[in-house]
Amino acid sequence: MPGERGATVEFRDVTKQYADQVAVDGLSLTFPAGKISILVGPSGSGKTTSLKMVNRLIEPTSGTILINGHDIMQEDPVQLRRRIGYVIQQVGLFPHQTTAENVATVPRLLGWTARRIDARVAELLALVGLDPARYAKRYPAQLSGGERQRAGVARALAAEPPVMLMDEPFGAVDPIVRDRLQSELLRIQRELGTTIVFVTHDIDEAIRLGDRVAIMRDGRLIQYAPPGELLAHPADDFVAQFTGADRGLKRLELLTVGGADVDPSVIRETVDPSAPVLRPSMTLRQALALMLQNDAQLGVVVDGDRYLGILTLAKIGKMIRSDA
Amino acid sequence: MTEGEPLIRWDWIAGHLDEIAFRLGQHVELTLIAVGAGLLIAFGLSLLILRTPWLEAPITWVTGTLYTIPSLALFALLVPVTGLSVLTAEIGLVSYTLLILIRNIIRGIRGVPADVREAAVGMGYTRRQLLWRIEVPLALAVIIAGVRLATISTIGLVTVTSLIGQGGFGFLILIGIQRFFSTELIVGAVLSVALAICADALLVLLQRRLTPWARLA
Repeated sequence: MPGERGATVEFRDVTKQYADQVAVDGLSLTFPAGKISILVGPSGSGKTTSLKMVNRLIEPTSGTILINGHDIMQEDPVQLRRRIGYVIQQVGLFPHQTTAENVATVPRLLGWTARRIDARVAELLALVGLDPARYAKRYPAQLSGGERQRAGVARALAAEPPVMLMDEPFGAVDPIVRDRLQSELLRIQRELGTTIVFVTHDIDEAIRLGDRVAIMRDGRLIQYAPPGELLAHPADDFVAQFTGADRGLKRLELLTVGGADVDPSVIRETVDPSAPVLRPSMTLRQALALMLQNDAQLGVVVDGDRYLGILTLAKIGKMIRSDA
Repeated sequence: MTEGEPLIRWDWIAGHLDEIAFRLGQHVELTLIAVGAGLLIAFGLSLLILRTPWLEAPITWVTGTLYTIPSLALFALLVPVTGLSVLTAEIGLVSYTLLILIRNIIRGIRGVPADVREAAVGMGYTRRQLLWRIEVPLALAVIIAGVRLATISTIGLVTVTSLIGQGGFGFLILIGIQRFFSTELIVGAVLSVALAICADALLVLLQRRLTPWARLA
């Protein structure tokens, strides 16, 4: 199965029609292999319907969905689902099974040997930050909300699926736990290279996690772009509103000092010594925070020992406004 | 009851242990067959209802109607057809278990949380795997609660089948009444109550054993 890391998921003119309404309307987009793609939008935008069409919990009225070029409608839905990780908001851990048994679900369905399953379960629990010695034998009722969500992610990843679908997985945990789970999801995804399609209604979560973000409304795709571009160039008023009046500030989170317009012409010795030191790897948001804390108009950009120039508050301000 | 006769004659009990053991065996057998067959039939009908929901009303109507027939009347109606037989007794006893068992099986399976079901289907459980590995185990506590009720009421009803030649401990009660012999009557009554209490306790233990997770929630 290594080798089959992330897979590409492609929607071609996919429509889901219910008797009284169109849930998804002519959706065409590609979720690139090995990336995190986010479907975001208000409720009723069709994002969850779109997600559930990938593992055929919902079947499209028309159009085609391809995974690595193969039409999923040509495949047995049960077999298809065993190759796709699935995490939902309420997690849906099986209450009558221990954490280890829950994580072993898909390997067991696939008929792995007991030894292989045990090894894989221990590996996965460790991967999601649940010490196997402490957690393997606990029932879901004995886990906290955050721990349940971790177990849910471990269960979804158990059989090394090339694609993982996540439906508002962190919607029900408190903000501090959510923040930690988001960081760990990013780490795990980088480690495994799984293609993740992630549904949320939270634009901040979308910007934080997404390599690409698809904004949906009323079953239609409004804009599909990397988060920086979405914030810099919202396609229309709806996207501008949805991304928020503070999207300029949000964008600073995605940009680094190294990528900003650093002025090398100013000689270091002439710079106010109270100006904060900035590293190229810092986000512009961190740089801005440092300048404001030090009541400075500029920061000194230093890479290791090497002086690169200065970055002024005015430059950052200009970048915030550049999208308006 | 004859004058001067004690309420309980212990020497009669000591002399009739074989008889008492035989009646115990008969009582347990009639109960096990009734609850076992009832459970099988109820399970089949419950699956039918879960797949074809419009069948719920007619099936509930039939089992509910059966349940309302007085037991003595039901046995009396069956005797011309199936005689004074174990079959007659079991038809009646099984009929009375169905309403309770079907209600609890359906309630248990419908009570499985939607997110659990969605996760199972989403990960590639077949319909059969979903039923046997997820729905039935999770419904077990509610199903066993139904089995407890059905077992207790069956143990009670078995005594009535003494009137059609069966009866277990009920036979002792019947003979005790006919002969105005309080010892036999009391032995039959007390032991059938004791049997019901023991059976219920055993089922409680079984339920705890089979659903270790249920005590944590």
